[in-house]
Order: sequence, then structure tokens, then C-alpha cells
Amino acid sequence: MKVTKETIEHVANLARLNLSEKEKERLTTDMENIISYVDKLNQLDTKGVKSTEHVIPIKNVFREDEVKPSFSRDKILSNAPEVEDGCFKVPKIVE
Amino acid sequence: MELYDLSVHEMSDLIKSKKISSVELTQVILDRIKKVDGEIGSYITVLEESAIKRAREVQDKIDKGETNSPLAGIPVAFKDNICTEGIKTTCASKMLDNFIPPYNATVSHKLFLEDTVLVGKLNMDEFAMGGSTENSFHKLTKNPWDTKRVPGGSSGGAAASVAAGLAAFALGSDTGGSIRQPASFCGVVGMKPTYGAVSRYGLVAFASSLDQIGPISKNVSDCALILNAITGYDLNDSTSANVNYPDYTKSLQNDVKGLKIGIPKEYITQGINDEVKKAVLDGVKVLENLGAKCEEFSLPITEYAIPAYYLISSAEASSNLARYDGIKYGFRAEKFTDLSDLYRQTRSEGFGTEVKRRIMLGTYALSSGYYDEYYNKALQVRTLIKKGFSDAFEKYDAVLGPTAPTTAYKIGEKSEDPLEMYLGDIYTASVNIAGLPGLSIPCGMDSNNLPIGMQIIGKPFDESTLLRIGYTFEKNTEFHKNRAKI
Repeated sequence: MKVTKETIEHVANLARLNLSEKEKERLTTDMENIISYVDKLNQLDTKGVKSTEHVIPIKNVFREDEVKPSFSRDKILSNAPEVEDGCFKVPKIVE
Repeated sequence: MELYDLSVHEMSDLIKSKKISSVELTQVILDRIKKVDGEIGSYITVLEESAIKRAREVQDKIDKGETNSPLAGIPVAFKDNICTEGIKTTCASKMLDNFIPPYNATVSHKLFLEDTVLVGKLNMDEFAMGGSTENSFHKLTKNPWDTKRVPGGSSGGAAASVAAGLAAFALGSDTGGSIRQPASFCGVVGMKPTYGAVSRYGLVAFASSLDQIGPISKNVSDCALILNAITGYDLNDSTSANVNYPDYTKSLQNDVKGLKIGIPKEYITQGINDEVKKAVLDGVKVLENLGAKCEEFSLPITEYAIPAYYLISSAEASSNLARYDGIKYGFRAEKFTDLSDLYRQTRSEGFGTEVKRRIMLGTYALSSGYYDEYYNKALQVRTLIKKGFSDAFEKYDAVLGPTAPTTAYKIGEKSEDPLEMYLGDIYTASVNIAGLPGLSIPCGMDSNNLPIGMQIIGKPFDESTLLRIGYTFEKNTEFHKNRAKI
């Protein structure tokens, strides 16, 4: 499997990463090596084999909808990089 | 033997018989950290003042007879991806370098209820991605047996701290071998419990269908005590298993007579170091002489475990790590043009090289056009791996082999070649893929005087059989008594 610089740029965009030219170069090589290696899975015939997302079969896990104490707003905001008037502050998103 | 070299059981006996107080014991550990952790580098955070304060409170309870926990007063440390209320939990990442959790992980809460004394938080590969602890944002951790070598990873700080007497025991996390491999490299005992046996609530997520928290200790008896404290159903983790959890100390029996143990041929033929192979096969002989029935069998799916593991774990990581955007907590880049650029700059500056590589691989495997070829294919192979083990467990009570193909390697030896590093997970990753319990115990030393680890794999929720085999092995060998000379 050939990995091109364009592929790396496309995937980086999906992952919301800005990569330097040097990082792109390195990742192109690394990803090509890793993907060529994982291509080994194609040696296995998996036609008709069900996929296993989770080892224990989990159906929807529900709990009673009861009112319980939750974290205080100050506590939750205490790790935020920028806070104003009890809210998370972000750059302007609406013109 | 020094106090810091004692097992949890031995420390607990001294505390109960009033020969030592928890405050004195905690001070011994803190002094030891001051003396040697500059060289080992196992801690990210040391809680000097709060540990002593806590030890005083616990000792007060002990004196008043208000606690009967076997872990009361014992100095413990957690890998730095396990949330501790009011105590920095960095995941060894710049992204969470200033993160102070507003809550305790379920395991933290449970161990505090057992009256343990938290001494600090331990170094690891960033977001638990790596096998050598060289991917930490903070620092390198050195192997106490040879400080030119890695302690293994990603729970390298946890294994090194226990091996060097810097904590009585530690909690680590294991996604593809991250408890068992460093335990093997550092000559200590490490258990990855069955998926769902220990709550993941408050464990910073890497790959949610594979991650499990587990103990690292100096012997198997301690492992059983800690499992008693941390296993159990938890409403806060929807993947927690609601089953009956036994008293694990009951499985500490010096008896393996009649137990059927299978050794996968593929674990002792491909790419394994000769000295590791010999030590493991010698270990098999010990168990055979004690009456276990051991035989080789074929587990041909073994060679597909690593490719499947890296696709599944990276895909889940790319999804889990999408939350780090510089808004609600963690690092935020200083310079950006708009909201989208804030996300991008924050993630680009906040994540290290290996984490970015895994996010890229996972995003690729999940992206349109590649989903079926890679991610879904890996999930199908997961079914085959699970079946390979369940077929084996029709015949055997446990499966046994090496924990890792080598002993601890030199710092820098594999850090430039990610694929080479990934291959070190060959015997451990399939255990996470199948959700099984795995126990690593010391079974020998190589010619460089480095510890060798043996892995025992069990049926789901059958930690008891693993402890029984491990305990019997310990009772008839001396390897668990070896201590690093530091």
C-alpha cells in the first residue's frame, strides 16, 4: 500500500492536526511501513465472519432517571483554559 | 531486607502488630524516593505533605480499631492516567499537564476506602501509547535493574517504582500489554484482569474496548489482595461486568495437581530470545514436576494479533482523543486564527509524536474508503482470535508462555522504529483483544542479570486459576525474591 503526502494531508485534516513538512515526511514513511505490515490481515479469509466490537455483549445500559447532585459549575470550569461569566470562552464563531 | 523491599503482606503485618506505624512506613518510602528516584524517574508527582497527613489519619483509625483492611496504611502510587481528585493527572502529556481532576476514578475511591496512603503519580508513555516509557512528555524512566535500559511500558513508572521499593504496590493500565510487559522487564508481578472486572471510570481513555486497570506488586499474594479491593461492578462504567467476584486470597493454594496448561507453539518459536525461551520452558518444567499437565498446542492466529491490535486500538484512540480541543480542559495553543485553527494548533502542539502517529493511523483506518478494508477487517480477525482462545480453553485450564519476546532493551534502541516497538506486544495484545485475564510473574534472569517474565492467560473471570498457578510457582522458586540492587 503506497501512502502519499496527499493522503497524509487528507487524514491530518480529518484528525484536526496541523503538521509541519518534516512531520508529513516522517509520517508518510511510518504510515506506509505500518500499513504494509497490517495488510498481513488480508492473508486471512474472513468472508462471513462476524465482527467483534466488544468482547462482552453489551446492549443498551440504562439507569433510573433520578435527580442526583452533580458537580458544581465552578469545579467543572476550574480546568478550562479560558472562562468568562461562568462559561467556557471560545473565539468568535458567528460573524 | 530493607522495609521498602517488603511485600504488602509483610508491611501490613508490621503495621497490625504495631511494630511500625503507617507514618513511619510512608516516611521510609518518601525518603527512598528522595534518594533514588532522581536516578529512576518513576514519579511525575510526589505527594510528600499530603501522604504524611493521610498516613497520620489512617494510623489514627488503625489505633482506634476503626479499620480492618489488609491494605490499611500501605503506601501506594497510581499511573498518571488514573484520576485523583485535586491531584494533577497528566497522562504524561503536555495536553493534560495542568489537569486537576474534580473527581476520583472508581479504583482511586476504592483504594482510599481501603485506607491506603497515596504517595504519588507515576510516569508512563503519553496517553499509555508505547512500550518503553520513552514517550513521556515529562522524562525518561530507567529500569532499576540497569539504568541504561527501559523499564518497559506504558506503565513503566509503575513497574519501576515497585521494583525499586518506591511504592508498596502500584496501579497501572493495560491496553495491549502495558502492565504485564513492564512487570516482566522490572521483575515484578503484573495482572491485567478480565475486561469488565475493574471499573474504567476515571481512567483516561486510550482504547475503550481494550483498556483495563490492574495491579503491579512484588508477589502473587499481594496481587490477590489488591484484586479483592479493586474488582467489582460499577454503575459508572457501562462496560463493567455484573458478575460474582470471588475472594481472590482463597486461590492462594500451593497446588497445581491435575491442572491442564497449554503452551502455544507460536509463543516459543517465532522471534523469541533464546534465554527467555529457556527460562519459560524451565518454568513449565517446575509446574509439571508439581503435577500440572503441560503440553504444546498450536494457536496459528498469533501472528495476526499485532496488526489487528494496532488497527483497533488506534481507531478507538483517534475517536477518544478527539475530545482534546483546548476548550473545556487541558492545554490551549496561544496563537490561532479562528475556532478551527484553535483546535488544530492545540492538538498539534499538545500531542507528542507517537500519539499523533496513532491518531493518524486510526483516523486512516476509520476513514471513508478504508473502513471495511482495515477497521472492519481487524474486528473480524478479533472474532477469530477470541475463538482461538475459547477453543484452547475447551482443553486447558490456562495458557502459558513468555510475557515479552525479550528482556529490557537499551534506552533509544527501538524508539526510532515504531513498528519494531509494536512487535514487542506479540504475546500480550491478543489477551486484550479477547478480553481475557493475564498474569505476568518473574521466572528467571538472563545473562545480563535482567528479569524474565512468564505470562499465564486464563478464561474470562478466572483470575483465581492464574493466581493459584502463580502462587504455586512462587512457593517453589525464588525468582520473586530477587530485588534490583539500587
